[in-house]
Amino acid sequence: MVLTFCPPKGRTTIFSPEGRLYQIEYAMEAISHAGTVLGVLATDGVVLAAEKKVTGKLLDLSEAKEGRYGGSGEKIFLLNSNVIGGVAGITADANSLVNYARSAAQQHLLRYNEDIPVELLAQRLCDLKQGYTQFGGLRPFGVSLLYAGYDPHYQFQLYHSDPSGNYSGWKATCIGANNGTAQSLLKQEYKDDITVEEAIGLVMRTMSKTMDSTTLGSEKLEFAVLTVDPVTKEPRAKIYRPAEIDALLVKHDLAKKDEDAEMKAT
Amino acid sequence: MECSFALTGKDYVIIAADTTAARSIVKMKVDEDKIKTLSPHLLMAYSGESGDTIQFAEFIERNIRLYHIRNLYPLRPQSAASWIRRSLAESLRSRSPYTVNLLIGGFDTADESPHLYWVDYLGTMASVPFAAHGYGSYFALGLLDRYHNPDGSLEEGLDVLRRAINETAQRLVVAPGNYIVKVVDKDGTREIKL
Repeated sequence: MVLTFCPPKGRTTIFSPEGRLYQIEYAMEAISHAGTVLGVLATDGVVLAAEKKVTGKLLDLSEAKEGRYGGSGEKIFLLNSNVIGGVAGITADANSLVNYARSAAQQHLLRYNEDIPVELLAQRLCDLKQGYTQFGGLRPFGVSLLYAGYDPHYQFQLYHSDPSGNYSGWKATCIGANNGTAQSLLKQEYKDDITVEEAIGLVMRTMSKTMDSTTLGSEKLEFAVLTVDPVTKEPRAKIYRPAEIDALLVKHDLAKKDEDAEMKAT
Repeated sequence: MECSFALTGKDYVIIAADTTAARSIVKMKVDEDKIKTLSPHLLMAYSGESGDTIQFAEFIERNIRLYHIRNLYPLRPQSAASWIRRSLAESLRSRSPYTVNLLIGGFDTADESPHLYWVDYLGTMASVPFAAHGYGSYFALGLLDRYHNPDGSLEEGLDVLRRAINETAQRLVVAPGNYIVKVVDKDGTREIKL
């Protein structure tokens, strides 16, 4: 019998002498520089907002203008008809995970003829993410996700998962840049009986305070709300189009002000 | 010969199955329970090829239980029925298919409604207000058409079931002598003496 020596592939996921997994910590570090994603759970819905990082005058946004099916931009995606996902981290990794999540949701639909329960979808992704913290040679996914969803078991839910494969449920949480600031703001302002309308306002205010830019606009912001249709009782996911986001900002008095007009007025 | 009946009413499902275990023309046992409790609010009556029935029912029972343990809540009746139907349909195109017919009755605690599914060994599934398998179905279905009340009380449902069983006993040459009756509602599952 020939014994072949298999060298351990890579050293991405071995413990350091202090008992830490550096690659996981680095991945989390990468995420804390990514665009902010914020979620708030309300009594009658869930609200998700995200900061777009890739912007600029020359970027062709002609396709994003109308908003595509399943999300218009880079951060908020429709994972299933009852779950919206917000991603922070390496965009390429995130796309791969979104693809996996959609496929897992459809597999559940095929097997059980029901929308996947939100926690189960989070678990599916976390099983995958955890695998990359243990099995050889590959780096972990540099992505944290927020899942805003609805299912008949626990109604509205908000989950967060990180690169290690941990997940947890939240009333309001934030990932990405300035998540500490955003979270302390949310902690101050969150009420247990918050409605979707109030949650939209809270999310808008928090985003405007945590984002680097002084003015908010649809070119820097993504926005989505998950509610339940009052007639059919089916979950209704709405990912806002750029024009709708601008309208929402005007409504909450956070829109970009035309400085010239202000100058003339005074 | 094997007979099973089921019907829904106001917030409950009743399932009845005969208790004979037979081989060829010989009765081997007369108190066999052929209705399994799959989860706190889900019942399944099974009939068909005798080895297959137990094998398949236990496979389903264990998997439904596993889902319950993993997720802390059980599958809803409609999801469980879809999964069971799929298992049968996949088995049909395998080398050794299960020859098992099922009645699946459950109470959905999420929207407080009773559900009944008729499933056969070919992987056919239908959501129905009442159902029957076996030779008894030829006698019972007409009666159920005439007397079934989807908003009836439990007592009313049991009366309709008695009619179906009595008619089968009177007219079927090989009518079973004994039935086991189970009910599922918001309080869970329980056995009832007719």
